[in-house]
Amino acid sequence: MQDLGIRVLFEGNNFARLMGGLGITIQISLLSVLLSIVLGVLFGVFMTLKNPVTRAISRVYLDFIRIMPQLVLLFIVYFGLTRMFGINLSGEVSAVIVFVLWGTAEMGDLVRGALISIPIHQYESSYALGISKKQTYLYIIIPQTLRRLIPLAINLTTRMIKTTSLIVLIGVVEVLKVGQQIIEANRYTAPDAALWIYGTIFFLYFLTCWPISKLAGYLEKKWKN
Amino acid sequence: MNLEFIQKYANLYVHAAGLTLRLALIGILLSILVGFLCSLVQYYKIPVLRKIIGAYIELSRNTPLVVQLFFLYFGLPKLGIRISSETCAIIGLTFLGGSYMSEAFRSGLESIDKIQTESALSLGFSRFQVMRYILLPQAVAISVPAFAANVIFLIKETSVFSIVALADLMYVAKDLMGLYHKTTESLFMLVIGYLVILLPISILATLLERRLRYAGFGNQSTI
Repeated sequence: MQDLGIRVLFEGNNFARLMGGLGITIQISLLSVLLSIVLGVLFGVFMTLKNPVTRAISRVYLDFIRIMPQLVLLFIVYFGLTRMFGINLSGEVSAVIVFVLWGTAEMGDLVRGALISIPIHQYESSYALGISKKQTYLYIIIPQTLRRLIPLAINLTTRMIKTTSLIVLIGVVEVLKVGQQIIEANRYTAPDAALWIYGTIFFLYFLTCWPISKLAGYLEKKWKN
Repeated sequence: MNLEFIQKYANLYVHAAGLTLRLALIGILLSILVGFLCSLVQYYKIPVLRKIIGAYIELSRNTPLVVQLFFLYFGLPKLGIRISSETCAIIGLTFLGGSYMSEAFRSGLESIDKIQTESALSLGFSRFQVMRYILLPQAVAISVPAFAANVIFLIKETSVFSIVALADLMYVAKDLMGLYHKTTESLFMLVIGYLVILLPISILATLLERRLRYAGFGNQSTI
C-alpha cells in the first residue's frame, strides 16, 4: 500500500502546493527576521545603557519573552487581543508580531553580547593612536562586532523558520496545513498518504534549515579571530 | 477578569502542569543520556558510528518538534508502528533534546586541553579513569550554561504536545476558551502556569551558572 502514498505526493499539483506552503513559512520567517534584526540592534544598544530604569525594563522584557513558550505568545496575540481589546488580527499578522517580539529579544541579547565582548583596550588603543571616535566605531568596533554577530543572526534565522511551524496551530495555511489538506482530500483513495506527506515535510524543513546552519557554522569558524 | 472562573478551573491547570512536568522530566533525562552517549562517540571519533550520530544531530537540530511529532504520531502508524501519545511525545522530545545536549557536552569536552589527558595517561590513569575523574567533572561544569539553556528550551517545546492529543497546559487553555469563551482568564492562567514552572528553573540556572563559572581548571582560553 505504501506506493499509494507516494502517488498522492506527485498527483496533480500536490507537490507544488506543498512548496507553496513552505514559501509562506519562509516568507513569514524572513520578514520577522529582518524586522527583528533592525529592532534587535536598537534593543541591544538600549540594553547596554547604564541607566538602571532602562536596564530593568529590558531585563523584564527579555526574561518574559524568553520564558514564555512562543506558542503561548501566539495564543495571547491571536486569541487574547481579540477578546480583550477587540483587535482582530489575521493569523499571519499575529505570527509576524510574535516572532518580531521574540526575535527582537533574542537579537538584542546577541547584539549586547557582541558589544560588550569588545575589550575596552580596543577603544583606548585606538584613541591613543589619534583615531577619531567616529573612525574608531567605523573601522574598529563595528567590523569586529559584525563578525561575531552575523553567524549568530543567521542561526536565529533557522530558529525562526523552525518556530514558524507553530503557526499551523493558529490556523495559518502553511506547509503543515497544506499537508493535512492533501491527506484529508485523499483519505479514501490513499489512506497511507500521511507517512509520505509528513515525511516529505520533515525533509523540506531539513533542506531549508540545513544549508543555513552550515553557512552559519562556516562563517563562525572563518571569523573566529 | 472573573476570579470565580479561575478558582473553579485552577485544578485543571495544576493537573496539566503536572503532565507537562512529568513528560518534560522523562524527556530531559533521556535527552541527557542520549546526548552524553552521542558526545562520547563524537569525542572519541569512533569510525562509522560517528557519521551516523553526526547525521542524527544535523537532522534533529534542523527540523521543528511539531513536524517530528506529526511524523511520529500520524505518519508511523501507516507503517504499522502504533505508539501512544505519551510515548510519542517522549520520543519526540528525546529525539530533539538528544542532539542539543550532545552538542553542549561535546563543546565542554573539547574545550579541555589535550595536555590534561596526556598527563593523566602518563601518570598511569586508565582511559576510563581519565574520563571519570578528569574530563567529565570539568566538561560538566563548563557545559552547565548550555545545559541549563537546553532544559528551559525543552520545557518550552513541550507546549506543542497538544497536537498529539495530550492534555497539557495549552490544551486546557484552548479547551476552556472554546467551551466557556473566557479567553482572558484562560490565557492568564496559561501564562501563570508557565511562569510557575519556568521562572524558578530560570533563576536556578542563573545561580548555577554564576557558581560554576570558575570551575574549569587551567583553561584560560575557555573562560
